[in-house]
Amino acid sequence: MTSTQTTMAAATPTEKTRRRSSREGQPQKAGWFARIVVFILCFLWIVPVVGLFLTSFRPRDDANETGWWTMFWTPSAWSRLSLDNYVTAWNDADLGRAFVNSLAIALPATFIPVLVAAFAAYAFAFMEFPGRNFLFLAVVSLLVVPNYIAFVPILRIYSDLEIAGTFPAVWLAHIGFGMSLAIYILRNYMATLPRSLIESAKIDGASHFQTFFRLVLPMSVPALAAFAIFQFLWVWNDLLVALIFVGPGENAPITVALRNNLMGQAGAGQNLVTAGGFLSMILPIAVFLVMQRYFVRGLTAGAVKG
Amino acid sequence: MVLKILNTLITVGVGVAAAVVLYWLLNKIAELLPGPWEDRVKPYLYILPAYAALVFYLVYPAVQTVVFSFANAQSTAWVGWDNYTKLLQSSSFQDTLFNTLLWMIVVPVVVVALGLAMAVLADRLNPTWEKTSKTIIFLPMAISAVGAGVVWGLVYNYRPEGREQIGLQNAIITALGFDPVAWLQISEFHVNSFFLMIMLMWAQVGFSMVLLSAAVKGVPDDTLEAARIDGANERAIFFQVVVPQIWGTVLTVYVTTLIGVMKIFDIVYVMTNGGFNTNVVGNEFFNQLFSNFNNGAAAAIVVMLMLATVPIMFYQVRNFRREESMA
Repeated sequence: MTSTQTTMAAATPTEKTRRRSSREGQPQKAGWFARIVVFILCFLWIVPVVGLFLTSFRPRDDANETGWWTMFWTPSAWSRLSLDNYVTAWNDADLGRAFVNSLAIALPATFIPVLVAAFAAYAFAFMEFPGRNFLFLAVVSLLVVPNYIAFVPILRIYSDLEIAGTFPAVWLAHIGFGMSLAIYILRNYMATLPRSLIESAKIDGASHFQTFFRLVLPMSVPALAAFAIFQFLWVWNDLLVALIFVGPGENAPITVALRNNLMGQAGAGQNLVTAGGFLSMILPIAVFLVMQRYFVRGLTAGAVKG
Repeated sequence: MVLKILNTLITVGVGVAAAVVLYWLLNKIAELLPGPWEDRVKPYLYILPAYAALVFYLVYPAVQTVVFSFANAQSTAWVGWDNYTKLLQSSSFQDTLFNTLLWMIVVPVVVVALGLAMAVLADRLNPTWEKTSKTIIFLPMAISAVGAGVVWGLVYNYRPEGREQIGLQNAIITALGFDPVAWLQISEFHVNSFFLMIMLMWAQVGFSMVLLSAAVKGVPDDTLEAARIDGANERAIFFQVVVPQIWGTVLTVYVTTLIGVMKIFDIVYVMTNGGFNTNVVGNEFFNQLFSNFNNGAAAAIVVMLMLATVPIMFYQVRNFRREESMA
């Protein structure tokens, strides 16, 4: 009797594992089909990027007269590749300064809203107060509001204050535009933290201020990181807000400079445009690849609920 | 340049420190209040700075934009409904609205379908290939629309017949014996708009795939087993067992993409600036504001855009309340 039960208990999981693996493998049913479709999609997705990457090292005449794919059957073309385009784009097309400007815009616009939103999220997750539900629903509805509504009025205020075109003007705008998403993500994450832990901190005499800094903030690092990555990519890649509140010139970020100094110039060769393009992508791609796990976790934590 | 970088780092440090000090002060103010008032007031002080940002950058401008939409180009005199009637009667703005609608119909559906296909198919590969293929599809998410413009410029590039083509699409069709085509200038059947849409799909499918993949992996195995025992084939299992269980996520992805599409600006601005009948609402707003210097028309366009998002806003709020009541 006992032995049968043991056998069954032992057998069930094994059988489950076996079935699981047959489902996950499924080589007979969908193997080749899945593989071919995924391969084609990945090929289509990556080929344009490969073209940009290779073109950015080619000399001007090569890039303007022959397609980048011709390199695969012209061995001599490989020996003419160099970093010259990057040097020219960085110095002469002013992308070096624009790169630093983009950092100067994106870093403060990423880190400052995180703390501000975290405090609001804490209040929504762990404090009781009249109007809490209404105020949070306001955040949920503001998620949808297009930031276009801010441009005309805020631009007028900025002109009156004579801060249009300055870094603080864009920081504040990005902080305002990112705030609803930040509160939403952080509050949803904090709501999943074990309440008993926060309760016991309270019983031990910790104030809300202490609980926030010593307990909740450190425990919320995954959500903080997810939002920070999201906001960084969004601010670095932004063109619209930068065109409206900064514009071209001394403080222009790399998206604006790439558009105006290279893409918008008929004389700039494909070699320079692609080098500039790659310069504009290198940092967000690096951040994305290194932090992908946090980013995915943050995205799915907020959105997948069934 | 070094100075600028130093300045940036100092700003980040000072900004975060200032925020900490601000909250410490707000907390102190609450603690000075007598007895129960401390706990009553504290939550509001905690959310105050966040709400100040929201009110100043979204709520107040929304009201002000509605006001401006009834004023003239310089916002100096009232013009009633003029901005709206002029826009809606102009055939170019009607085309712009139609193009935007086309984007809204096509892009979200394709993004969800391709994202779901990728999620399901990559799930069947071995872990290394699953991870690699997903990273490749997800990668364009990190690339700006301007960068995408450079990338796809090399695909859509057009040279007159007789010259060697450096655009990938024209190289392919000339190799097959056809004449080269200026892809972004074919406005018949909005073909050029579809080529611009491909760029947004390229950027968005990864996001859709990541969310849907998590949802698909979350479908309990026993529901699949039960269907299999009942003799259902793979197709039936997918559409009748998997899809219903991930429908919530499908809608989330659809709505998120839809909101993004309604606001589309940079791809169109960079590639055609609305030329050859590819204009969309976002780009028209920008040109009214910065080429025509017409505050009134720009504001009217935004108000129309805002009205179009109201149903989505109601949907989101309702959805959120339902989820909260289930949790």
